[in-house]
Amino acid sequence: MLVIGAGAAGLYAALAAAGAGAAVLLVDRSLVGRGGATVMAQMTVAAAVGEQVPDDWSCHLGDTLAAGRGLCDPALARLLCEQGVECIREMDAWGVGWARDGGRIRQVQAPGHDRPRCVYVDFLNTGPAVSKTLRAQVQRQPAIRRIGDLCVVDLVVQDGVVGGAVGFSVADGRPVTVAAKAVVLATGGLTRLYRRNSASANMGGDGYALALRAGAALIDMEFVQFFPIGHLAPRLIGMDPIMWDPFRYKLGGRLLNAEGREFTADYGVAEAGSYVVTRDLATYAITKEVEAGRGSPAGGAYLSFQHVEAAALRAAFGPVIDRLAANGIDLTRMPVEVAPIAHYHMGGVRVGPSLETGIANLFAAGEAVGGANGANRLSGNAITEAFAFGRQAGRAAAARAQRTARPAWRDGAARAALDLIGADAPAAANPAALVVELQAVMAERVGPFRTAGGLAHALERLADLRAALGALPPGAPARFALARLDWFDLRNMLLVAEAVARAALARTESRGAHQREDHPTLRSDWQLNQVLRLEDGALALERVPVPAEQAA
Amino acid sequence: MSRVATLVIARGAPGEPSRTERHRVPFEPGQSVLDGLRYIRVQHDPSLAIRFSCINANACKECMMLLDGKVVYACTARLEPREMTLAPLPNKPLVRDLVTEIAPPDERLE
Repeated sequence: MLVIGAGAAGLYAALAAAGAGAAVLLVDRSLVGRGGATVMAQMTVAAAVGEQVPDDWSCHLGDTLAAGRGLCDPALARLLCEQGVECIREMDAWGVGWARDGGRIRQVQAPGHDRPRCVYVDFLNTGPAVSKTLRAQVQRQPAIRRIGDLCVVDLVVQDGVVGGAVGFSVADGRPVTVAAKAVVLATGGLTRLYRRNSASANMGGDGYALALRAGAALIDMEFVQFFPIGHLAPRLIGMDPIMWDPFRYKLGGRLLNAEGREFTADYGVAEAGSYVVTRDLATYAITKEVEAGRGSPAGGAYLSFQHVEAAALRAAFGPVIDRLAANGIDLTRMPVEVAPIAHYHMGGVRVGPSLETGIANLFAAGEAVGGANGANRLSGNAITEAFAFGRQAGRAAAARAQRTARPAWRDGAARAALDLIGADAPAAANPAALVVELQAVMAERVGPFRTAGGLAHALERLADLRAALGALPPGAPARFALARLDWFDLRNMLLVAEAVARAALARTESRGAHQREDHPTLRSDWQLNQVLRLEDGALALERVPVPAEQAA
Repeated sequence: MSRVATLVIARGAPGEPSRTERHRVPFEPGQSVLDGLRYIRVQHDPSLAIRFSCINANACKECMMLLDGKVVYACTARLEPREMTLAPLPNKPLVRDLVTEIAPPDERLE
């Protein structure tokens, strides 16, 4: 079987599948365990392990469903919360190094959670520690073959059954075909569609595009989560823009407007030095302060830790304080500027409870899956989801592979992708420049605040960019032909961007991460999911009821 | 007058003649060398090969290269308003331009 993507979800899926006796090929378009979003995570993995205070997965589920604003698929949310606990324990046994107080795993309280529930690895090291731990486990598994620098271009599907994938080796441009009895998409989200984003360069939504072209459905694509306090100014190097999240968990901090006043109370939630405002509300509050002329000079809000003692800062973040000093930042003397930044995608591939898509033998895991988090994801659920969904998808795909005599591979179904990979055409536009244009359109028109006019404009611009992209990649296959890689990325990004914009245009209400300035209220008749499919080359949108909650 | 950084970049792949290119990049305080390389790809030449994933976080550790003869991460090396010379890692097989083969052998296609 084939696992596409080697972040936490893909690594966990490969481990679970190998543990169930399957032979696994794990591929990544970057290097194994280095690209993707996992390695960027700095803190907070939510699970009801109950080490700090008594807890139960059902309480975590309640918080997750509430944060999702009525749109979560309860079965998927339950899988996340219930299985997440075992995964945190398993990771602990594998030596990830969750921060501890004596014998107990330390848990902090994050906005939207009813109690301290988020584990982490010091200092700002959760993602790298998770990647390293899972990588080490995968390396011990002879049944898992790992290949990096492999860009998957399309899945091979015949009669509604997936039989493998076609891609190319980034290192030398060679076409690569993989026949597989089962395939797991663990390709992460789509934050690269936006100019300011918190994820790595390969989070361009490729799994969503692969799924669409394979005939699978996407769900909740209008719900892109913006992280409200992404670093804005002064310019920092060598630091993740999400870094202020852990600072706020540990130290509170004060979110201030240009008048030096805490303002979230004006929007319904007073913080008073604590960290309680959920992501959608904080994004809204900061954006509105900037619009009202009360923003910081770079166009965001101030985040201040000036009231925190230097010794407390040092105790909480150790060497990170030195890295800040190297960037000219002394938190005891100055605030920093923060602003919303594209962070995570609630939407994704539509799956059933076993994480199988509508295409037989095609599974999805991690952020690639849509539905678990509804209209707004709770802090700390992303890595938990990667673990729990990775494990479930790996097991389910392994079981399927073991019941399948041979891969449903058809040469004919692979031909179009192989023709693209081998194409030799003159270079037209600069695809790297087109990516930047796409990011500008999405940031300006399909960001956290949307209007019908803006979304319609975005759809026109996306069509222009599609025309500029052309039908064939630039140049000939070659070693590390980065312009070609950009072309294949942009092909996916444009399709996925259109899916987001179409779903956002159709949803004439405001809910969670989707805020329509021309439809500012939440409407009960919109408590439903939107599903997208590619039909005869065009996106088709359908409304479906939210799945019912099952008895626990 | 706005200041510029001049990036002098070793380019080429095995089997091709190697060459050196000079690119002028507008300089803003606080930028990284990787920012400069990404600017060149967007504004001048998308074929310039660089390897990176995380862009700014120094998490992926993919953007290692030589800056003025010293090994750096392009994402943490500061862009400066002067001539800066960039070359691929000397002790790794060259793939193209500033990209070298840094993956473990058992994670590559043979």
